[in-house]
Amino acid sequence: MSYIIADRLVKTFGAGGSAVSAVSEISFQIAPGEFIAIMGESGAGKSTLLGILGAMNAPSSGRLLVDDIDVYRLHQEQLADFRREYLGFVFQSFHLVSYLSVIENVMLPLTVTRRSKTGKRAMALEALSRVGLTEKADRLPGEISGGEKERVAVARAIVNEPPILLADEPTGNLDSRNSREIMHMFQHLNDGGMTIIMVTHSAECAGHARRIMQVSDGRLQEDRSVVAAGLRMAS
Amino acid sequence: MTLKLISLRNLMRRKGKAAFILAGLVIGVATVVGIISFVEATTHDIAHKLEQYGANILIVPRTENLSLSYGGLSLGGVSFDLEEIRESDLSRLAAIKNNRNIAAVGPMVLGVTSVEGRRILMAGVDFKAAGILKPWWRVQGAYPDANGLLLGSEAAGLLNLKVGDRLPVNGLDLTVSGILEPTGSQDDHLALAALTTAQQAFQKTGRISMVEVAALCKDCPIDDMVRQIAEVLPGAKVMAIQQVVKSRMEMLAQFSHFSYGISGVILFIGGLVVLVTMMGSVRERTDEIGIFRAIGFRRSHIMRIVFLEAGIISGLAGIIGYGLGLGCAQAALSLLSESQGGHVPFNPELAIGSLVLALTLGLAASAYPAAMAARLDPNEALRTL
Repeated sequence: MSYIIADRLVKTFGAGGSAVSAVSEISFQIAPGEFIAIMGESGAGKSTLLGILGAMNAPSSGRLLVDDIDVYRLHQEQLADFRREYLGFVFQSFHLVSYLSVIENVMLPLTVTRRSKTGKRAMALEALSRVGLTEKADRLPGEISGGEKERVAVARAIVNEPPILLADEPTGNLDSRNSREIMHMFQHLNDGGMTIIMVTHSAECAGHARRIMQVSDGRLQEDRSVVAAGLRMAS
Repeated sequence: MTLKLISLRNLMRRKGKAAFILAGLVIGVATVVGIISFVEATTHDIAHKLEQYGANILIVPRTENLSLSYGGLSLGGVSFDLEEIRESDLSRLAAIKNNRNIAAVGPMVLGVTSVEGRRILMAGVDFKAAGILKPWWRVQGAYPDANGLLLGSEAAGLLNLKVGDRLPVNGLDLTVSGILEPTGSQDDHLALAALTTAQQAFQKTGRISMVEVAALCKDCPIDDMVRQIAEVLPGAKVMAIQQVVKSRMEMLAQFSHFSYGISGVILFIGGLVVLVTMMGSVRERTDEIGIFRAIGFRRSHIMRIVFLEAGIISGLAGIIGYGLGLGCAQAALSLLSESQGGHVPFNPELAIGSLVLALTLGLAASAYPAAMAARLDPNEALRTL
């Protein structure tokens, strides 16, 4: 299980007088199995913070430790391996590869692992069954609905069973019914022990989390636990 | 799911771009293959003609005089009566190192005789060897036997003789058995008889005036053969008749150099086509590469995808380019070669070479786009959407 420590993270774009601080001195710790919602206005620095946590956007200063690994001390290829082994990503715009079938999209993170062809397919089918899309395994992304695309993106994020799931506005392009389905899926994954860090505007989605971080002007304004939030939303 | 499958699927999706890269490489490879095949086939053709060229080494008696004839106008000087070679010495030719390259040896004895008040040059030849030494001879009638005579077309016309006419030559009663069709050479002015007949007529038994040698010169060093013959016949002067062939070979070499230069330019342009198209393809796929990187693809994996795509197209271009180049060379040979039925053979080395060339060019031109793709920052790539 992965323990995350963000230590005085700073991210500044530009230099000199035109420098813009997207993340300012943010520190926190995340225990294994937490479900966190990062909330804030547009431009508050949520997605930048998620990029830093996702080992894709190096901070200008500060450290990110995951399981005692100082993430941004890793070189590029090690960072790629880290993302593959520790993290699953769910993006707002799905980011499915249009010319690959649903099951091939789900198998993508396994492509560069040393597993057998049948083993990879079995894992992908298992991930698809968890999001309820086994019957559409051979369809192309263009042939399925937006909600289904998001579920494929979730299946791709969890196919290699990473300890941490990062989601950037996962329901931003979905209607309320599909949003609820995705959130229930996240709750279910979290119940299974997966750490989930989700950026969202939606208070309803944030209600599924057990901890909410409020970010404003690149600073962490509020960090509070929400007891039994998931149960409240489910009811 | 493999990187190869990702590359194949992407190529299938971007058929237009793939076809454009393929065309660029095919044109480059086909040009090189076509030129090399054409030059090889033409060289082979010339070498083959050289073998059929007839005599290409001339052995004459050594003399201190210079020839005083030019353009068919003789001003005296060398006399065929002065020096001669002994016929028995010719057996030494079998002892030279490159004796296997000797196709035919044609001893010749020359003499002047008078027919009805006209002086005519008579040559005694070995008609069996003449078949190889003078392949262009066409005879109306038949080759002569010991009592026969073969007249050149000009000689027959001047003497008003035809096949079957009898002709007294230095006490021998000879019959015209055949007349040579015009050759455009000095053979048209000769009266030709069997070697022994002419030797008898000119009382030169066992002696000869000159020797023509046909050498198979595709693989033989003719200069070496000239030197070897000169060593076994120290009293004779040995010369190679190869100016015509040499000039054609030099012309071919110049054409080759020019063509290789053109090929280089076309290959360079083909490489640029690959480079520009692959760069465009990488830019179009920024989001996709960003996703790959975000979910854990290493830079080397991204490079491998790009190289696999380039490799698949290049391999195909190598095969198609070879076939097309071969076809073009065959067509060019049929149109431009003087000899009919020239054939461009399948050359396995060239086939492999064209594949290697296409792969090298395709992969080299894709190196920068591949590096560019691998350097894409996943965060930046996903933010561009």
